[in-house]
Amino acid sequence: MKPHFHLWLIPLLPLAGAAINGLLGRRFPKSLVTLVGNVFVGASCAVAWWVFARFLSLPHEMVPYVHDYATWIRAGDFSVSYGVYLDQLSMIMVLVVTSVGFLIHIYSIGYMAHEGGYYRFFAYLNLFMFFMLTLVLANNYLVMFIGWEGVGLASYLLIGFFFLRDSAASAGKKAFIANRIGDFGFLIALFLLIKHFGALDFGHLFPAISKLGIENAGPGLLTAIGLLLMTGAAGKSAQLPLYVWLPDAMEGPTPVSALIHAATMVTAGVYMVARSNVIFTRAPSAMLAVAIIGCLTALFAATIGMAQTDIKKVLAYSTISQLGYMFLACGVAAFSAGIFHLMTHAFFKGLLFLAAGSVIHALNGEQDMRHMGGLRKKIPWTFWTMTAATFAIAGIPPFAGFFSKDEILWNAFSSEYGSWIFWAVGLLTAFLTSFYMFRLWFMTFFGEFRGTEANTGEHGKGHIHESPRVMLVPLAILAVLSVIGGWIGWPQTIGGTQRFDHFLAPVFSTHAEEAAVAAEHSKELLLAGISVAAALLGLFLAWLLYQKRRDLPDKIAAALGGLYTAVRDKYYVDEGYAAAFVQPLIKGSTYLLWRGIDTKGIDATANESAEGAQYVSDALRHMQSGNVRSYAGWVAAGAAAVIAYMVYLGVRG
Amino acid sequence: MVPVSYYLALSAILFALGVVGFLIKRNLITLFMSIELMLNAVNLAFVAFAWQWRSLNGQVFVFFVMVVAAAETAVGLAIIIAVFRTRETLNVDRVNLLKL
Repeated sequence: MKPHFHLWLIPLLPLAGAAINGLLGRRFPKSLVTLVGNVFVGASCAVAWWVFARFLSLPHEMVPYVHDYATWIRAGDFSVSYGVYLDQLSMIMVLVVTSVGFLIHIYSIGYMAHEGGYYRFFAYLNLFMFFMLTLVLANNYLVMFIGWEGVGLASYLLIGFFFLRDSAASAGKKAFIANRIGDFGFLIALFLLIKHFGALDFGHLFPAISKLGIENAGPGLLTAIGLLLMTGAAGKSAQLPLYVWLPDAMEGPTPVSALIHAATMVTAGVYMVARSNVIFTRAPSAMLAVAIIGCLTALFAATIGMAQTDIKKVLAYSTISQLGYMFLACGVAAFSAGIFHLMTHAFFKGLLFLAAGSVIHALNGEQDMRHMGGLRKKIPWTFWTMTAATFAIAGIPPFAGFFSKDEILWNAFSSEYGSWIFWAVGLLTAFLTSFYMFRLWFMTFFGEFRGTEANTGEHGKGHIHESPRVMLVPLAILAVLSVIGGWIGWPQTIGGTQRFDHFLAPVFSTHAEEAAVAAEHSKELLLAGISVAAALLGLFLAWLLYQKRRDLPDKIAAALGGLYTAVRDKYYVDEGYAAAFVQPLIKGSTYLLWRGIDTKGIDATANESAEGAQYVSDALRHMQSGNVRSYAGWVAAGAAAVIAYMVYLGVRG
Repeated sequence: MVPVSYYLALSAILFALGVVGFLIKRNLITLFMSIELMLNAVNLAFVAFAWQWRSLNGQVFVFFVMVVAAAETAVGLAIIIAVFRTRETLNVDRVNLLKL
C-alpha cells in the first residue's frame, strides 16, 4: 500500500500565497500581506518536514516515490504527466528550499518593511518558491523545465524589483537573456531524449539509459545530451561562460540575492546534473567538460572576488565560485558531495547574504566596503552570525563548509574521473575563497568606521542600529546550521559515518565514494590538512593586509598595475561580450535587419507594389475618358482581338 | 447557286462599315444608323446560316434582333431629341458631362 504524501501541497501552497498576494495584496493592509506571504511558505515547509519524517520509514522498494496526478500531453506513445518524483535527492532539495526559503521570507518582513511594493515582493517570492519546488519535485524533464523557466521568470521579476532604477531593469533582462542561452541547450537535450528514448519521465528514461554502455570509445548520443544539459545548467548556475548575469543580479533586494542567487535557484543546475547522473556517468567526455568548467569557474570567479569592493558583489562572485565547486564535484562523479556542498552552501551563503543585508540595512543602504569598518561592536548579532558563515565558507573545521568542500577536494583527487590538477585548482580556489571572505570580514567589522554622515544619520539619531529581531532570528538559525550543518557528512576518516552520502547512495548508482573508501585514509587526512592550511593561510593573509598593515593592499595593487585593474574590472568580460555579441547584434540589427532588410526590402516591396498599382490604375484611368466613341473603339478592338485569336485557332487546328 | 461565303463576306463588309462609321462619325444620328447597319449585317449572317443548315433558329433570331432594334431605335431617338433640346447639338464629343 503506497502511502499518501500529498506532495502536491508543497509547491501549490506557495502558489496560493502568490496568487492571493499578487491579485489582492494591493488592497491588503501590510500585516495581512505579511501573514499570507509567510504562512503559506511555512505550511509548505511543515509539509516537507512531515513528508521527510514519513519518507525515512518508507521501505526501500518504494523509493523513488512516484505519483502522477494528471496527464498533460499525450501524442501517440509519448506522454507527459504532472507528477512528482520523490527520492533522497529531491527530498534534500525540498527540505533545503522550503526551510531556507521560509527563513528568508521571515527575514524579508524586516528587510522590506520600508520598501514600496511590499505585497508585490512577497507575491514574487512565493511564486519563486512554487516554481523551485516544481523543479525539484518534477517526475519528468518537461515539468522540470517549467519550473526551470519559472524560477527564471521569478528571478527576472525580483532582480528588476526596483524597476524604476534603470540598472535594475537591465540586470533583470541580462539575467533572462543569459539564462535563455543555456535553456536553449537544455531544450535541445530534451528533444534528443524524446527522439531517441520516446520518454521524458525519469521512471522510464533512467532504466532505459542504464542499459546503454559507457561511451568510452568516443562521443555519442549520451555525450551530446550531457553537454547540452550542461549548457543549460551552466546558464542557470552561472558557470563560465554564462555567469555574467549573476553579479548584476545583485541589483535585486538582498533577500532575493540570498534566496534565489545563492541558496536555491542557482543550484538548480547542479541539481539537474546530479539528477541526470545516469546520463553523465555514461558520457565521460561530458563529465570531463563539467569538471573543467566547474574548476575554471571556481578559480576565475574567486580571483575576481578578491578585488571587488561592493559587499554584495564579493558574495556574488563567491557564489559563482562555490557553484563551480559543485560542478567540479558532479564532474568527478561525486554527486553526493556536490549536493552536500549545495546544502551547506545554502546555509552559509544564504546567511552571508542576509547578514550583508543586515549590514547594508544598518548603514542606510551603503554597499561599499571601503565605507564600512568597525561594525563589530555596533551590530554584534550580525557580526557573530556573519563570522560563523565566513568560517564556514572558508572551510575551517568544524564549520559546515569544511566537510563539504573537503569531500569535493578529496573526490577531485581520488575519483576515477578526478586528477591532481582538479584538486590543485580546487585548493587554490579554497585559499582564495578564504582570503576574500576574511578580507570582507575584516573590512566590514574591524578597524575604524570609514563611513560618512549619510550612513549613520537615519532618523537623525546618529548611530548605526542593529536590525530588528525578525531579521536576526533567521540569521541566528542559519548561523547554527552553518556551524553544525556539515556534521551529517562527517567523513569516516575522522570517525564519522558519512550519513549524508549513505542517504543519497541509492540515487547515484555509480559511486566515486566507494573508490574513496578503499583509498588510504592517511592520504585523505593529509589532503584535508593541506586544505585547512590553505584556508588558514588565507585568513592570515587577509588579516595581514586588511587589519595589520592597511597600507599594503594599495601598494600591492600599484605594483601589480594592469593585472590588478584587470581583476578589479572583472577581466573585462562584460566589455568583451558587449564587443563580441551585443554590439554586432545591435549593429547588425540596425544596419542590416532594420535599414537593410526591413526598410529597403520589406517596406520597399510593400510601398513599391502600392506605387505600381497606382501607376497602372492611373494608366487605366485614362482609358475611361467619357468619350463614347473611344469606348466603342476599345470594344471593337477587343472583339477584333478575340476574333483574331479564334481565327488563329481555326487556322492552326 | 450563290455559296454561303458570299453572304458572309457581304455581312462582314457591312459590319465593318458600321463599326468604322460608329467610330469616326460625330453626329448621333449617324452613329445610330451605323448601329442599325451592324445589326442588319448580323441579321444577314443569321439568315445565310439558317438557309445553309436548313434551320429556323437563325430566322427566329433575326426577328428577335429586329424587335430589339426597333425598341432601341424608339428609345434612342427619344434620347437624341432630349439631348438636342438641352444641348442644342448632336456632336457626341460635346456630350461629355460624365467625363472626369
